[in-house]
Amino acid sequence: MSKVLVLGAGISGHTAALYLKKILGKKHDVIVVSPNSNYQWVPSNIWVGVGLMEPNEVKFKLAPVYKKQGIIYKQALAKSIHPEGGGETDKPFVKISYVEEAKQGEEEVVEFDYLVNGTGPALNFAGTPGLGPDLFTNSVCTYDHAAHSWKNLEVSLTKMENGEHQTFLIGTGHPMATCQGAAFEYALNIAFEVDKRNLSHLADIIWITNEYELGDFGMGGAYIKRGGYITPTKVFTESVLAEYGIRWIKRAGVQKVEEGKAFYELLDGTYHEQEFDFAMLIPGFTGSKMKAFDKADNDITDKIFVPNGMMRVDADYTPKPYEEWKASDWPEIYQSPEYDFMYASGIAFAPPHTMSKPMKSANGTPITPTPPRTGMPSGVIGKVVAQNISYRIKTGKKDHPHKASMTKQAAACIVSAGYGFTKGQAATMTVSPIVPDWEKYPKYGRDINATVGVIGLAGHWMKLFMHYMFIYKAKAKFGWSIIPE
Amino acid sequence: MANIQERLQNKPYAEYAYATRPSKMTLFWRRCLIKQIYMFFKLNLKIMIMVVKGHS
Repeated sequence: MSKVLVLGAGISGHTAALYLKKILGKKHDVIVVSPNSNYQWVPSNIWVGVGLMEPNEVKFKLAPVYKKQGIIYKQALAKSIHPEGGGETDKPFVKISYVEEAKQGEEEVVEFDYLVNGTGPALNFAGTPGLGPDLFTNSVCTYDHAAHSWKNLEVSLTKMENGEHQTFLIGTGHPMATCQGAAFEYALNIAFEVDKRNLSHLADIIWITNEYELGDFGMGGAYIKRGGYITPTKVFTESVLAEYGIRWIKRAGVQKVEEGKAFYELLDGTYHEQEFDFAMLIPGFTGSKMKAFDKADNDITDKIFVPNGMMRVDADYTPKPYEEWKASDWPEIYQSPEYDFMYASGIAFAPPHTMSKPMKSANGTPITPTPPRTGMPSGVIGKVVAQNISYRIKTGKKDHPHKASMTKQAAACIVSAGYGFTKGQAATMTVSPIVPDWEKYPKYGRDINATVGVIGLAGHWMKLFMHYMFIYKAKAKFGWSIIPE
Repeated sequence: MANIQERLQNKPYAEYAYATRPSKMTLFWRRCLIKQIYMFFKLNLKIMIMVVKGHS
């Protein structure tokens, strides 16, 4: 019997755990360690942030799902990995610390044969002084952050109903933040809700971003075939913002936030301030703060993780200039190069480099989006890692028949731009592959026929449809595995 | 989006004044139920095919 330990129960970790149990069955143990008692469908947090959904509609309890599936679940935080064992055991293990009420603070050693690190991002609000829901800005990164944002947004809307002008600042809160897409759809939803209440004459909505050009979205932008032209996503994004009456500040690295004021540096090296009444700024992401130790208890964290805490996998991490980046730099099977029984999936794996061209301000500050890994690639990677581990367990072989490089995978992103069955709309964007491959597609970096950017009511229906479909899938209800990631 | 759009358009030489904007016909098609029902199925099918092709 093999033991597979999955750290994290977000989109990637949860997907991996469900597939592992489905393929391996009762003969093998699948153990999930996650500090969160709930699964959350992150893409719908936007609607919680504008008061159109309750947190309960985007989350559910993990324990009953895992119990039904026969997955062992420990509500705990992983503290350290010991891939060579240690003390009295030669078996690899992870030290965990329980966070559930009944066992709070209790520590445990969980042995494993295979490990999937799906710990997702740690929200590094501390990386920007003054940032975060405990200080001066809001967030939609989790359902409770989004609910808190809605409370504050409601205050602004009430002030506007009483004739008071309000400035909304939405975007990235760190020079190297990612997840522009989520912030972008929050800005559009605020504009939609303000307009719905006939208050737009009292609103100044500003999009602030670390992108070199709008529409970069941390993936180096894309090209879309539309209206007889091949247009960059810059044109598409600027058009949407202008339509929604949102002005923008680009090439901006937010350095610090005080009450009602954000301080930022531009790529040209100049420093500026922007006042606001309501701000939602995405923080920088880091990996989890896990440590790693060898058999003799020496710290080997640097061997397993890159400095920001994300896990090294089968990528080429050799530093090289942008012009020399290749599709083959990106990982295919997400396996640790040091310990072949350890894998990282979703946001937990360390990308070899950014997708956007690295930029530095005249003062030397890096102002570049880091690579996004949205729900779709995270789910696909989780599934592929589960399939490969199951294959190894069942056959005893060491090869990996399943691959999911982000230079071959496509991704779809549906950006909500207003909620309503007949009045809502969303921008549906697809790119293939996610990471531009300039060798295979020398003209546009991607398959131009697979790249789509359309706005309309259908997009809203799709986002709503996906909300219900993916929550159904995540609850592992009848037929869940035939629903694609 | 009419109110906000008009406000921004009244500021020539601002960066956003150079952005393309949808025509009335484009806005109509975006909410036309017949076209959007067709787009719903077309886009869903496209995404499903992309997901299946994206990993082995």
